Amino acid sequence: MIFDEEINQTIRFMKPSGIRKFFDIAATKKGVVSLGVGEPDFITPWHIREAAIHAIEKGRTFYTGNKGLPVLQEAICDYYRRKFNVTYDPRENVMVTVGGSEGIDVVLRALCQPGDEVILPTPAYVAYAAIIEMAGAKVVEVELKEEERFKLTPEALKAAITEKTKAVILNFPGNPTGGVMSREDYAGIVPILKESGIFAITDEIYAELTYEGKHVSLAEYDEVKDRTVVINGFSKAYSMTGYRIGYILAHKDLIEMFNKVHQYTIMCASTPSQYAAIEAAYNGDDDIEEMFMSFRHRRNYIVKELNRIGLKTHMPEGAFYVFPSVKCSGMSSQEFCEKLLDEENLALVPGDAFGQAGEGYVRISYAYSLEEIKTAIEKLEHFLAVHS
Amino acid sequence: MNELLKLIENNARFEAKDLAACLGEEEDKTLETLERYRKEGIIAGYHTIINWEKADVEISKAIIFVSCVPERVAGYDKIAERISRYPEVESLYLISGKAEFLLQVNGKNMREVSNFVAHKLAPTEGVNGTETMFVLKEYKKYGVSFFEETGEGERLLVTP
Repeated sequence: MIFDEEINQTIRFMKPSGIRKFFDIAATKKGVVSLGVGEPDFITPWHIREAAIHAIEKGRTFYTGNKGLPVLQEAICDYYRRKFNVTYDPRENVMVTVGGSEGIDVVLRALCQPGDEVILPTPAYVAYAAIIEMAGAKVVEVELKEEERFKLTPEALKAAITEKTKAVILNFPGNPTGGVMSREDYAGIVPILKESGIFAITDEIYAELTYEGKHVSLAEYDEVKDRTVVINGFSKAYSMTGYRIGYILAHKDLIEMFNKVHQYTIMCASTPSQYAAIEAAYNGDDDIEEMFMSFRHRRNYIVKELNRIGLKTHMPEGAFYVFPSVKCSGMSSQEFCEKLLDEENLALVPGDAFGQAGEGYVRISYAYSLEEIKTAIEKLEHFLAVHS
Repeated sequence: MNELLKLIENNARFEAKDLAACLGEEEDKTLETLERYRKEGIIAGYHTIINWEKADVEISKAIIFVSCVPERVAGYDKIAERISRYPEVESLYLISGKAEFLLQVNGKNMREVSNFVAHKLAPTEGVNGTETMFVLKEYKKYGVSFFEETGEGERLLVTP
């Protein structure tokens, strides 16, 4: 490309997202059935949509303070106290961001310096590694294993920590694996975090989709709370992906630093969307419950069906993905997904899009109606029969 | 909340084995529960929601307030039972306010509905007044909006 020598060399050599590539192929085909989407299928509940409309009608369309509307900051703190038993001060510890995505970017840019290492358990959501690199730090991958139900073990974490380690990224419930960290699991890693003094960036965007017991936030542990940065948002819990409202919860000194990056980059999150988020936080508990039940039914259904058609799948404990191995097919993840799309018109996401540790797996999203899932299973069953 | 009932409310065409998979229970147990619900009248029927206007089928529908005098002992239930027997009556509610009952009545056309009110409903024992409002257009029925939601088709095919 003609600007290769001139542009930022980190960007030049950055791999485009494996998902993007797959999307481009799928988009050229007609009648594609997809279980490839990483967002809930529910249309945002009407009372939340109405709150955004109302804000626009009333002319509430000016910039807000950098860290977000005070009422929203309060609503977020109230939510974390109510749901996860974690206390934060609305004036000092919260910053509203443009989705969880901006939160990840701001936090990593504010924390990382050249030479730093960031531990990333993989398979992982596609943005982390790219942003760590853009922030000038080095990605240190730790493989999450299927036989350990895709949890981060104390041994693996300990082995990855060096003098250069700045932070570890935790994403539980996780995309793409559906892995969850329980209280027992955290009991193993919290002492290591405390002793090493590294930052823990915990992306809890799928917190509401925890199927066995309640979500445990790392911020609950006082001994590591000062060095814990929580990233969350409204996208997955309330089916509000397009509104782009996320938030960071952290020590006040960190929030001040994050806010420096945030204020010069985007000023503030969308104002009407912030009003919608206030409505969601205060009056959306029933919506969460309804969607949660739907997701649990779909999870149970898809896991049973996948096992029935011969794709060994363990029951994920969170999020809305299953991450089965396709090694039995003798194909690589890419090959499997490309053939499946080509022959059956069914789009899944190859596991290696989430890091090398995902090779041999595919990510199947069940953020679809039961009818759609049923159709997709029939296609997959046919595909497996042809290729066995 | 009963999860099986919630599930079939939205997935009426799902077979017992699929429902069982969703709930993580054995098919036999689901079948048994469904059977019991049918017997006990908890599952009172299966309906298809039809937008008749879109199908270009003419039907006439009216909302009717019915005033009446309650009977000794039986109260309003006896009259309600009498009214409910007419196949023209789609729904029947006892209500608070200016009348005792609210009915939805279906007919092939306006004349059929008018005849029903004049010759059957009004002369029913215990009924002492009716007020009929013809429906001009249906916008939402049984929780299903006849307005097309555009959101659904706009999700991308593959996203992170």
